[in-house]
Amino acid sequence: MLLDVSKIEASYGASQALFGVDLAVEEGQAVALMGRNGMGKTTTIRAICNLNPPRAGSVRLAGTDLKGKPSHRVAKLGIGLVPEGRRCFPNLTVHENLIAAARPGAWSLERVNDLFPRLAERHAQMARSLSGGEQQMLAIGRALMTNPRLLILDEATEGLAPVIRQDIWAAIRKLKAEGLSILVVDKTLSELLPVADRCVILENGRSAWHGTPAELSADLQDRYLGV
Amino acid sequence: MTLALALEQLLNGLQLGVMLFLMAAGLTLIFGVMGLINLAHGSLYMVGAFACAAVAAATGSFWLGLVASLACAAAAGAIVELLVIRRLYDRDHLDQVLATFALILMFSEGTRWLFGSFPLYLDIPPLLQGAVALPGGAQYPVYRLAIIAAGALVAFGLYLLIGKTRLGMRIRAGESDREMIGALGVDIRTLYTVVFALGAALAGLAGAMVGALQSVQVGMGEPVLILAFVVIVIGGIGSIKGALLGALLVGVVDTLGRLLLPKLVGVFLQPAQAGMIGGAAASMLIYMMMALILAMKPRGLFPAAHA
Repeated sequence: MLLDVSKIEASYGASQALFGVDLAVEEGQAVALMGRNGMGKTTTIRAICNLNPPRAGSVRLAGTDLKGKPSHRVAKLGIGLVPEGRRCFPNLTVHENLIAAARPGAWSLERVNDLFPRLAERHAQMARSLSGGEQQMLAIGRALMTNPRLLILDEATEGLAPVIRQDIWAAIRKLKAEGLSILVVDKTLSELLPVADRCVILENGRSAWHGTPAELSADLQDRYLGV
Repeated sequence: MTLALALEQLLNGLQLGVMLFLMAAGLTLIFGVMGLINLAHGSLYMVGAFACAAVAAATGSFWLGLVASLACAAAAGAIVELLVIRRLYDRDHLDQVLATFALILMFSEGTRWLFGSFPLYLDIPPLLQGAVALPGGAQYPVYRLAIIAAGALVAFGLYLLIGKTRLGMRIRAGESDREMIGALGVDIRTLYTVVFALGAALAGLAGAMVGALQSVQVGMGEPVLILAFVVIVIGGIGSIKGALLGALLVGVVDTLGRLLLPKLVGVFLQPAQAGMIGGAAASMLIYMMMALILAMKPRGLFPAAHA
C-alpha cells in the first residue's frame, strides 16, 4: 500500500470538516476522490500533506506514519502536490518554478518539457504572465520535478478551456501509463472515470462509498455527485 | 560653492547611501520574505561594529575584525532567530515590534556590560589610509571610496544570490507563497534562519565599516535603523533593487540637503537664522521626500511581487 489514510478527522479552527475519511492508493494506481462541493475533498488533501494536519486518525505513506511531520518532510517522503488554484510562484520564471524545489530522480527538466512543450517555449517568461492552462501545466511539472511517488492533483482542469483540458487529461493518462501513482480530484466524470482504478466518494466529511468506476452506477452518481 | 565641494559631498552621500543599503537590504529581505518587522536590526549593526573594534584592538588587524564582525553578527542573528524571532512570524506586527524592541534593550545592556559605557575606536587599516585627489583639486579619503566599492560589490553579490541561485529562487518563492514552497519539500524554517543570518551579517558589515569613521558605542544602531526603515518604505518593502535605489537616494538627498538648504535659505534670511532654519529643514528633507514618493507611489518605487 502506497498511501493509507485511515479514519482521519480535521478541522478549520473550531469547525470540524472531516469526520472520518478512509482512502487507499496502491502503487501504480490512480484513485479518484469525488464528492460534491464542500464535502471535504480539498481538506482531505491538505490533511494528507499535513498542511492542515489531521487531529485524529492516521496517514501512512509506504508504511511511514506522517503524524507530526512538517509538510516539507511529507513532500520529501514522496508526495507531489498540484494544489487547487495551481499556486505557481508568479514572481518566478517558468524555468525557476520548475527547478526551485526540484529533487533528483527520473523526472528531469527535459522530460517535463517533453510532456508539456508549451512550458519549454515559455521557460523564460514570468509565471504570472501564463494562461490558466499553462499555469496548470507548470503546477504539474513543478510537482513532477520533485520526483514524487504519489502525485496529488486537486481540480487540475477546473476553469480551463476544453482544448486545454484535453491536453491536461492526456498528460495525466501518460503519467498513469508510466506507472506513477495518482490521487485525483476532478468534477468531469467522463474524463475522470476512464483514468481511475478506484473511486472514493466523500459526503459531509466522511468517506461514503468505495469502489471501482464500473461499480459507480448512475444511481450512485445521482445520489452522491448530482447537483 | 565649488565643484570640488559638491563632488566631495556627493561622494559622502553615496557612502552614506551604501551603508544604508547594507542595513536596508537585510531589513527588506526579512520583512519581504517573512513578514517580520525587526527593530533589533540596528543592534546587529552594533554587534558588528563592536566585534570589529574588539578583534581589531586585540589582534591589530582591521581585516580580522571585519571577518569577526560578519561572523558575530551572523551568529547573533541566527541565535536570535532560533530563540525568539521564529515564534513571531505568525504574530501580528505589534507583537513583533514589542519583542524586537525588547531585544534592542537586551543587546544594548549586554554590550554595555561587556564593553562598558565608553566608546571604542577603530582605526582605518593602513592599506586604505590616505586620500586621492578629486577633479577640482579636493582630497577624498580612500577609505570612504572603499566603503562605496564594498557596497557595490555586496549589491552585485545579492543580485546574483537572489536572482540566479536556487537559494534565491526559494527565497522569492517563499515571498509569494510560503505554504506552497513548503509543500514542495523546502524546509522554510531553515531557509528563514539562513535569510535572517544573511541580513544580520550585512548589518554587521555596515557597522564594522562605519566603526572606523565614527565612535563605536551602545545605541549607535538606532539612528541608522530609522533611516533604513525610511529607505525600505521608499524603495518598496521586500525589494532589494528598491532598497539600493532608496538608500542611494536617501544618502545623497540627506547629505546634499544639509549642505545646500542653509545656503538656499541664506538667500532670503540673515546667516544665523538661515543656518538654523536651513539645518532644521535639511533634517526633515528625507521625510518630506518619503511623503512625496508615497503620495505618488503608495507602495514604494519598486513594489514587491506579492500581495
